[in-house]
Amino acid sequence: MSEFALETRNQLVGLFGIVERNVYLTKRYFLWDLAFMVWTIANTLTIVFIARAVPGATPAQVNRYETVFLVGATIWAFLGIIFEFMTETVAWERWEGTIEYTFMAPLSRFVHLFGQGAFAVLYGLIRAAILFFVVAAFIGIDAPDANYAAAFALLALASLSFIGIGIMTSVLPLISPEKGAQLGFVAQGLMLVVSGVYYPVSVMPEWMQWISKFSPATYALRGCRASIIDGTGLQWANVWPLLIIAVLATPIGLAIFRVGERHAKKHGKLKRAG
Amino acid sequence: MSTLAPSTSDSVSRLDHQPPAVEVSDLRKTFRRRDRKAGRFARKRPWPALADITFTIARGECVAILGQNGSGKSTLVRLLSTLLIADGGEARVFGHDVDREASTIRRLVNRVSVEASFFKKMSASENLSYAARFYGMTPRQTRAAVPEILARVGFPPERRGESMENLSRGMQQKVALARALLTSPVLLLLDEPTTGLDPRSKLEVQEFIRKVRAEHDATILLCTHDMAEAEALADRVGLLDRGNLLFLEPVEDVKRRFDVETLEQAFFAATGREFENEAQDEDDEYREVFA
Repeated sequence: MSEFALETRNQLVGLFGIVERNVYLTKRYFLWDLAFMVWTIANTLTIVFIARAVPGATPAQVNRYETVFLVGATIWAFLGIIFEFMTETVAWERWEGTIEYTFMAPLSRFVHLFGQGAFAVLYGLIRAAILFFVVAAFIGIDAPDANYAAAFALLALASLSFIGIGIMTSVLPLISPEKGAQLGFVAQGLMLVVSGVYYPVSVMPEWMQWISKFSPATYALRGCRASIIDGTGLQWANVWPLLIIAVLATPIGLAIFRVGERHAKKHGKLKRAG
Repeated sequence: MSTLAPSTSDSVSRLDHQPPAVEVSDLRKTFRRRDRKAGRFARKRPWPALADITFTIARGECVAILGQNGSGKSTLVRLLSTLLIADGGEARVFGHDVDREASTIRRLVNRVSVEASFFKKMSASENLSYAARFYGMTPRQTRAAVPEILARVGFPPERRGESMENLSRGMQQKVALARALLTSPVLLLLDEPTTGLDPRSKLEVQEFIRKVRAEHDATILLCTHDMAEAEALADRVGLLDRGNLLFLEPVEDVKRRFDVETLEQAFFAATGREFENEAQDEDDEYREVFA
């Protein structure tokens, strides 16, 4: 086997290791996850019920509003899982005490972070699907034209961008051990605010609309709503911005992470428990 | 081209040209720390952890670096394992620069630290399998290798599936040794591997280190504040004091040089202070640097 082939094989085994570890931990913390799932469902219901309080709305309009809110809440939850996993990459291993062993292992940082992101996407998609269908069934949302395959495909495509942006936020706990993880959640919230999580982007001030063009969540939300409410397929207008952001976000994220890692190694912040 | 094995003289000549396991030259690391007593807003001041230290470790050698808590032992181990970046000087592992060729070095080095450092909810087997994946070991390989290495360190087979949080400190340290050896490192960095262990576990771990030396072609750097352990396990003993390497010689040479009978006395002769254990461990000291 050539040196390149051997290194590629080793990196793929390492990637599998990251996913496998997260599967082990998810099994061990299953009750925590279950409790969090119940909380997310309850929280989503509080948002979706707002649709029924809109004065003068017809049943069809209420159904539409409910779907709009549900898609927003589902993507918020999905993004929350990705950002949580990515931002906690460093903070979690610091807490367990394993961070130095991971960072001194011969695993490329791209594989390490991408593995973390890949698990987050898989896990997030499962949880998002459960959340969507449980709340839709509870509320009685009617979506006869829904094109779930297109919505799912668009979300998977957007996930590549989310991983890239997640890599950018995962550097925060390296730079600031105490506040880094919280700043990651701030980044997630800001992204959803400008992306029109429960409303069309057009209701925001112009400067926020301009920023929304750079957020992958804008296209994911717009595309998923169109697919679930109107049954549209994958639309190029949503696909190409996501492709561009995906291609740019991961290398930029990795470059930022490398700078942060070097800073942490220079100043001895890798191990610090906070 | 000859298909014959190289002659002995060829091999010796090649070994002569092989770089040593570790070459450290004028290595310097300074942290900045805020004096607690001076208050939260006091300016941080430089705190030298390593002050231009120079030494070499030959391939296959076991070297012990002695030092009190906060003397710079863990900083040295972290620099050699690519977890810190030096402020000056150079460190090479098997001829590779620790900063510029970090990814090459990571395949050659593994480490056991004073804390066992595992995912606490995962079992010993799961933690070892996870660590082995980073070194390219597939599930099929670890299914055989993990029970084997755990048996070698004397870990009870019936406890392989138990969460790490349910294991004693001694058991956890055995798993840490198993993790380091699972990847067959050619340089093993042992940073206080027996600190906090009960006497029996301590002896077991020390015996295992001897076995590793005897059976593997590994080079060992043992950092410890246990003088008896250093004397029992190492070919040469060095003394790191406040970031300065005062000597690195065979124990008998140290005793002869200072005309003393014990390493404690040698420490006193070299520093004018008693070699006493401080309440705080070096990792606490390390963390405080940035508090």
